Amino acid sequence: MTVTWDELQEGAKAARREYGPLTRTDFVRYQGASGDFNPIHHDEEFAKSAGFPSVFSVGMLQAGILGCYCTEWLGAENVRRFAVQFREQVWPGDHLVCEATVRRRYEEDGERRVDLELLVTREESGGAAIKGEATFVVP
Amino acid sequence: MVDQSKVGLTDEPSTMPIERGKIREFARACKTSNPAYVEDRTPVSPPTFLTNVNFWSGGGQSPMQRLDIDLRRLLHGGQEYVFHGPPPRAGTELTFQTRVDKIYEKEGRRGGTMTFIETVTEFKDPAGTLVAEARSTAIVTGQAPTGGGA
Repeated sequence: MTVTWDELQEGAKAARREYGPLTRTDFVRYQGASGDFNPIHHDEEFAKSAGFPSVFSVGMLQAGILGCYCTEWLGAENVRRFAVQFREQVWPGDHLVCEATVRRRYEEDGERRVDLELLVTREESGGAAIKGEATFVVP
Repeated sequence: MVDQSKVGLTDEPSTMPIERGKIREFARACKTSNPAYVEDRTPVSPPTFLTNVNFWSGGGQSPMQRLDIDLRRLLHGGQEYVFHGPPPRAGTELTFQTRVDKIYEKEGRRGGTMTFIETVTEFKDPAGTLVAEARSTAIVTGQAPTGGGA
């Protein structure tokens, strides 16, 4: 982590980053890594039988991408809270853009902290796939 | 719809070792090559890594599994992790326990009546200190939805 407390003013942003296109292999790889084997994310027939046009991404995959995007900015050891709400589903072929903005900068319990507003956007629709929040300590 | 009497349903505590190889695999799947995860010999875990309790909860007996929900109607609405210090590090072993915290219904725009189920998992270190908490919001839809949740 190279960003400093002085740089982390309210409104400061991490460099936006694009990921993708996401593939079925990405979904399967994440399912293997996480132990969530819900077939709706890899079994085309199962997904269609549930009324979906195809398999779709595991929400926790885009959440995981977003979490690691944040820790690349503010440090793997420094995260204290990470929360996401899932909005649009993410489909094979989608490109995702991650963004993080400092919304609050404060000291608490003798530690410097920042609260972040987080967003994952689907380039294909322009809609939010995830809206989230995080808290980091800043050593 | 899911039975309100399931609120408070709690599973038996289980143990989860935090492992270096699993952290590396998880970090790669999340498209990061951050050396703090993939090169450090005792890495901390990524922010959402504790979702891996899936591997360690005992034999199909997690409270969510006991609710007997049709996977074709199940969406993940949200997820939160709180850490009372740095995230758990490889080499540590955590004891965790999950309870059903809330069940409520909302009318969805596209999915019919939706049932929301919030579960909370607490993670403690071998000294019994609470080190992390996870809150998961699951949504059971009346019909296949076209948005809102993943």
